[in-house]
Order: sequence, then C-alpha cells, then structure tokens
Amino acid sequence: MLIVACIKQVPDTTQVQIDPVTNTLVREGIPFIVNPYDTHALEEALRLKDRFGCTVVAISMGPPNAEATLRKALALGADRAILLSDRVFGGADTLATSHVLSAAINKLHTEVDEVGLVLCGKQTIDGDTAQVGPGIASRLGYQQLTLVGHIENLDLSAKRIRVSRKLEGRHEIVEAPLPAMLTVVRELNRPRYPKVPMRLAAIEATVELWDNQTLKLNEQKIGLKGSPTWVSKIFSPERVQGEILGDGYADPEGTAKLLIEKLLAKDMLPI
Amino acid sequence: MTPNPSIFTPLLIASLAVFAWGCWKRLSLIMLGAPENRFDSVGIRIGQMLKYAFGQKRVLAKPFGLNHFVIFWSFLILLVANTEFILNGMFPQSIKLVKLPFEIYVPLAFMIDIASLLALVAVCIATVRRIVSPPYPEARSLDAFFILGLIATLMLAAFGLNATELAAIMIRSNSDPVSFLSVAAQIMPVSARIAGLLPPAHLGIIHAGAWWAHAFALLTFISYLPHSKHMHILTAIPNCFFRRLEKPNTQPREEFVIGNSFGVASVDRYSWKDLLDSFSCTECGRCQNVCPASITGKPLNPRAVVHDIKVNLLENGSLLKRGERPLTPLIGEGGEGSISEESIWGCTTCGACMEACPVFIEQMPKIIRMRRHLVETEARFPEELLNLFENMEGRSNPWGIAPSERTKWCAHIETRPFEKDTTEYLFYVGCAGSFDSRSKHVSTAVALLLDKAGVSWGILGKDEKCCGDSVRRLGNEYVFDKLARENVALFAAKGVKKVITQCPHCFSTLKNDYRQYGLELEVIHHSELLRNLVQDGRLNPGTKTAEFGNMVFHDSCYLGRHNDVYDAPREVIKAATGSAPLEMERSRDNAFCCGAGGGRMWMEEHTGERININRVNEAIKQQPDTICVACPYCLTMFEDGLKDVKTEGVRVRDVAEVMAEAVLR
Repeated sequence: MLIVACIKQVPDTTQVQIDPVTNTLVREGIPFIVNPYDTHALEEALRLKDRFGCTVVAISMGPPNAEATLRKALALGADRAILLSDRVFGGADTLATSHVLSAAINKLHTEVDEVGLVLCGKQTIDGDTAQVGPGIASRLGYQQLTLVGHIENLDLSAKRIRVSRKLEGRHEIVEAPLPAMLTVVRELNRPRYPKVPMRLAAIEATVELWDNQTLKLNEQKIGLKGSPTWVSKIFSPERVQGEILGDGYADPEGTAKLLIEKLLAKDMLPI
Repeated sequence: MTPNPSIFTPLLIASLAVFAWGCWKRLSLIMLGAPENRFDSVGIRIGQMLKYAFGQKRVLAKPFGLNHFVIFWSFLILLVANTEFILNGMFPQSIKLVKLPFEIYVPLAFMIDIASLLALVAVCIATVRRIVSPPYPEARSLDAFFILGLIATLMLAAFGLNATELAAIMIRSNSDPVSFLSVAAQIMPVSARIAGLLPPAHLGIIHAGAWWAHAFALLTFISYLPHSKHMHILTAIPNCFFRRLEKPNTQPREEFVIGNSFGVASVDRYSWKDLLDSFSCTECGRCQNVCPASITGKPLNPRAVVHDIKVNLLENGSLLKRGERPLTPLIGEGGEGSISEESIWGCTTCGACMEACPVFIEQMPKIIRMRRHLVETEARFPEELLNLFENMEGRSNPWGIAPSERTKWCAHIETRPFEKDTTEYLFYVGCAGSFDSRSKHVSTAVALLLDKAGVSWGILGKDEKCCGDSVRRLGNEYVFDKLARENVALFAAKGVKKVITQCPHCFSTLKNDYRQYGLELEVIHHSELLRNLVQDGRLNPGTKTAEFGNMVFHDSCYLGRHNDVYDAPREVIKAATGSAPLEMERSRDNAFCCGAGGGRMWMEEHTGERININRVNEAIKQQPDTICVACPYCLTMFEDGLKDVKTEGVRVRDVAEVMAEAVLR
C-alpha cells in the first residue's frame, strides 16, 4: 500500500516582508522551508511505514528548486520523492494545484500500487487556504478527514481508519473507509530529526521529475489558465509606533509602577 | 639463610608470564583503536613527560599528592633493590649490591633504606586516608587496600631482610654491637636499628620468613599489576608523553561522505590514545570531584566514563578483534562497561576533569564522540534539542528568531557595517548579544566603549550567523560543519582578520575550532581588548566607580580553562572599580561551571541540584553586591540562580557593563 505525503516548499514567512510600494512579497534572500504542517503529515506517513511497512511517496508541486524540500523528505525516510514541475503548472490557485496533485496520485495508484492514504498539512503558511487537501480528496473521490490530531486506529485488512479531529474546544472521533485523505494539525506528532547517513544518501538520491508530458493534463485546467482565483493585492496593516515606558533595565521597579498606572488608566487591569 | 632458586625461579617465570600476558592483552586491545598521530614534537613530549610523569606536577597540586610523589620516587629507587632481589633469588650470592665499589654502595644502600621507610609511611597514610576520608566513597575498594597492603608487606620484608643480614654479619665478625650498629646506621639507618632488636637465636628463621614474604609479595605484585587499576604504573608515563599538546578545547572534524560512520558507539571506534587513556586511569577521583555534573548529583561521572570504556574494551575486545558484534553496548543502561545516555548528555564540557587529571586523560572528547553517535547516527537526543537543532540549521541562531532581527540590539546606537579593507575589527556580536534581551545591554556597552576608545569596528548585521559552539559540543557535527563553512567563507569574503567577541563560546570557536577550516583569525575577547585599551590610555576610567560595591568574579570555562584568559577580566574590574575582585573558593583554572556550557544552556536539568544554584551559593559566600561575569551564558545562569535562591540586592554584570559605568558615566 502506498501512503502519499503532499509537501510544499514555502518561504519562511517569519522572514518575509511586504514591499510597501508594489504590495508584493519580497522573496529575495528569504530561505525556503518545508511547510511546517506538512512535516507532521510526512512524519505520520513515516510512522505508519515503520508500523505497517507501507511505502511512503512524497510529492510536491513547485518550481525546480522545490527539489530541496523533497530531498529533506528522502533524508527523513520517504521511499520515493516526486517533483511535479512544469511551466504550465505555474501560477496555479488551489483548484488547479489540487488538479495536478490528484492526477499524480491517481497515476501512482494505477501504475505503482494501491494508494491507501494521502496525508497533507492542514494548510500552508504562505497561502493559508486549507483547500488543497480537500480539493485532492474530492477529485479522487477519497474520504476527507480534516484537522486530524490523532490516528486512533488504522485497520489495513478491513481498510478502515478512525481518527480524532481537533476542533475548537472539542475533539471529534470519525471513522472512514480507505482510501482517505487526511489533513493534519501540529499536535499529531513530533517530527523526527534526520540521521546523517540518510541525509548524505538523500543528496545523491533521485528526485523524480514529472512534468505535463508525464501527466498529460488539459492545459486549460492547470496553472494560471486553470485558476479561477488570483491575488489582486497583498498588504500589511499599518502599525503605529508604541510608546516606550521608562527604562526597565535601569529601574525595574519604577517602570513596573508606570506600567501599572497606564494599565489602570486604560481600565485594563482586573481589580 | 639462602633463597631456594629451584622454587623461586619457576614462580618468577610464572608471574612474569602472567604479567606479560596481561600487558600483551591490554596492548593488543589498545591497538584496536583507530590511528591518531601523537608522535609529533618528540622533544616537547619528552619534556612534558619529565614534568608531569616524573615531576608529578599535577599530582602535587592536590593534598596527598606529596604522598603519591613519595611512593612514585621510592618505587623508582627500589627498582634497584628489587632487581637485586630477583637476580639474587635465581643466582644466590652471585649478584649483591654490596659487591659494588664502596663509594657507590653506601649512598645507594642509604637511599634504598630511606626510600623503603618513606614508602611504608606513605602507604600507611594512604590506607588511613582511604578509611577515614577517601577521595570518593567507592575508593574504599578491596583492590586499593590489597595493593597498599602488598606494598607495605614488601617494605616490611625488605627491612627484615636487611636487618637480619646486618645482624648476621655482626655476629659472624664478633663485633661490638654498639659500635657495629652505629657504623651500620650510617649506611642503613632503619635496618640497623631493627637489627639491634632482633633475637640472635632466631635470625635464620626471620631471614627466611622475610625473604619469602618479600618474594611472594613481589611476585604477586608483578602478576597482579596489569590486571588492576595499578596498571597505571606502566601506562601513566607514556600517557603523559602522548598527551594532547594543545589545549583540548576543540573536537576533530568529521568527513561527511556516504559510507562513513559518525561518532562512537563501539570502543574500537575510539583512537588508540583514547583506549590507552582508559588503562592509564588509577581512579584517583580528581575528575569527579571537580565535575559539575557529578558534584550536583547527576549520573555523569568522568572517572566512571573512563572506567566503563576500559571494562567495555576488556569484555568486548576479543569479539571486536574477530570483527563480531560487541556484547556489552558502550552506550546503554547495562551497568559496568556501559555509559548511560543521561550521563552523556550531562556534560557541560567545562573541561575541569581534564584540567584535574594528573595523567592527561581526555574525558570530554570521548563524551562528545558518543553524543555525535546519538545525534548523527541515531537521531536520539533530549527533546528540548530538536528545536535548537532546527533553529540553528534553519535560522542560524538558537531561538529561531528571524536573521533580519539581528541588528535590533543596536537600533538606538550608532553602528556601522564591517567594510572590507577599512574596518579594523569585526565585532562579532553573537546570538546572545544580538537576541537575548539582557545580553543586548552588554553588546551596547561594548559598542559604546569601542567608540569611546576610537576603535575601528563594524558588524556583519543580518549576515552574521551563529558560530556553532552549542551544536558542536552537543555532537551535531553535521550542522556545525555547515555553519563553520558558511562563516569561514563569509569572513574570507569580507576580509575579516581581527575579531572582537563578547562571548567566550564564540571566542573559542572562532579562535580554535575554525582553525580546522584553514581560517586563522586574531580573535580577542572583549575583556582582553578593554584591558588593552585601558593600558594604552585609550579608555580612562577616571572616577573609580564604587557603585558596584563588593564584586566577585566568576571565570567562564571557555575563557579561562579552555583558553587561559584569567587576568584580563580581573584587570578590567580593577581598573574600573579601583580594587581587584573578590575570589570564590573555586576560581581560575579550578573554577566551577555555571552549568550552561556544552549545549546544556538549551537543556533542562532534571536530576540533582541545579549547577547554577551551586555556583550562586558559592558566590554569595563572598557577600558580593555584584557578581561579575564575562559570558552571556554565565550571565543568564547567575541571574536565574539568584532568583531561585531569593537573594535580595545582588546584581550580575558583565565586565563591559562595569567598565562602561566607569568610563561613560
């Protein structure tokens, strides 16, 4: 059985700044990281591999340099890594992206082995839409289990999975037949740290490249052409410079008093 | 009255065989170790051996060291007497010292007699010490008492032998006892006095008893020696010869290519010198008595680490020789011969153990190589370290703060970027100095002082990366290697030649570790630079500040022990305050770690007393108003510790803050 982990290369958003003139992300010199939620999806896939001996395939759609993200997956223990990259895939919104990803998963299913689970992070930190996972599930007709915080049970012979979904203020236990698509939250697991011999092996390993000659998708349904939505503007809300109260280093007590007075004046202290 | 060669000779051959077998076995085990070149600078090595092995310099540094010195030198002198005894046992009457020319024999006999007495007294003192107040509780071992008893027996028997022989000559020559013994006392003062007490009728039986007692004690000693911790008699001298000549403040590089293994999980992965170390340890316990982990009740004990490596080697040696899997794991909870992971992670790499060891055993590098195995091969480490490792690799600082925030510390003062060919000093601010809210004040103080003194300096700003100290000491050599390469390339591109650091960890890493990457920098710790600037008259602490009151100084391990900078921070304090700082009981090369080195800064302390609390309590004994430090980690550990011991009115300041107060106010 295959477990597919969908991972995305994202800019380290804590380091991203927005160009105030053009209202676009300043990406120069910003390092790329693996979308943090996706690292939990990959980790869960690897844990299931450790338990059940499934094959883990990491896939990612992105520019050629997204290969680095897939090498990280290989270093952690993924069996195969496939980069879906083609100029015609570029500029895709969530609809077009899930179209390409689901086509790749379907290809694995028909040509390699039965896909049992697709694992995605609950959302990416750059787009924050949380739509790609569900998009894949609906296109493939898989069960859709979002916000998974714990896999309660996976029964491979009965082909059933029971998960706990982490919702606001409550947990929901849901059971579904396989194949299923799960989007996961951080609480699911603690990602492992790569072992050096595997990192070194991953540097030499092959990241397979699938372009649209491989997938043969209708160009009207992918990339910019297949995307009904686009970002028209991006901006940061303006922040007003705060007030510096005293010098907490030289006079901690006096500064604390000042702070309390301010808070009291603004009625922000419970008394 | 003569020995019996037909009994003695076979016994001698048997004990020499047992001795040789023990030595050969151990030598062959040492040869299992990986190659390492310790044969360079032979002249210096001989000098070191004479100073530390024969001169016993480090042994003498502690109470009871003199006792060992006496035993050591008595043994060397008594080698002559024991060689005579053995030859005499095989070929009676053929070889006797007394047949030597009179002017050689007399001083030799005198020295032997006195050496025997001194050795006897010394072993008695050692025995009493082990009973009354041993260096550590387990030192009351059967092994220790057995060997002390054996030495005492040898000495007593030797006196018996010499005294009976003197008495026999006296009787044979019909001499007047008083005049004979008074002459004899000038040659063998102790034996002659004993001779006067012996009953003439029983001389034969006493002589025979003493002879055989001496023979059995000597042969037992010879056979037992290589099989016990007393093997150090043979190995300690070469171990001093093969010592690491430069300070053991850095670790060797690893080569990251497929097929290599990383770190040590099996004793044969250590170098031959590491394995020789394990046979050179006589378990004196000096290392554990200065180890911050051992003292505060943690499972790490540097003596036990070295002992366990030896036991593991003895247990697994024959399997390893055949290329089979070892039975006893080196890293594990399996008792003797295995070292627990908690022990391995407990080390603060303060280097106190290595500074204390009389025979230069290198405990810390062995621990770090086991950490490397755990991190790099097993990816198994305390969970607090996961974030640290990822932050270091991803954002090049321990907290994972965005690199663009590296310059926030200096937003309110004038700073400038380091310019190639125009700026003299790179001020390498370091992660703590850039991001830690408390240490930012130190960075500011340093910057203002540099400006005041007119020093040409600049910073790398957001391009500055972590030096990698913590990850290297934690065994994450892979990430360290990456950081080091990036930094070395950056420094080379910027043309950096001189660097100021305000953190002893950056200081030592840039200065010592980066040399392995071909980068020779002139690295100066801010305390040294401030001292120089005062000496050159470029900083004038005009009004000596009394504001800090009583000030006690804490030596940072990576400044002091690892790099021998002890005086500079003290001179800065003296210049700024007008008086030398107070000293704690443990200071300078004997200083006690704050608990944050070796990556322990980023880990929780779950077992025993907290190391910083121990040190803070020691500092408070001096009733200071200010505890002065020269390291951002020490700063954090002392401030945290002071909060925990609930002492009011004691502040912690960096030397730069003290100087800034005196100069800038």
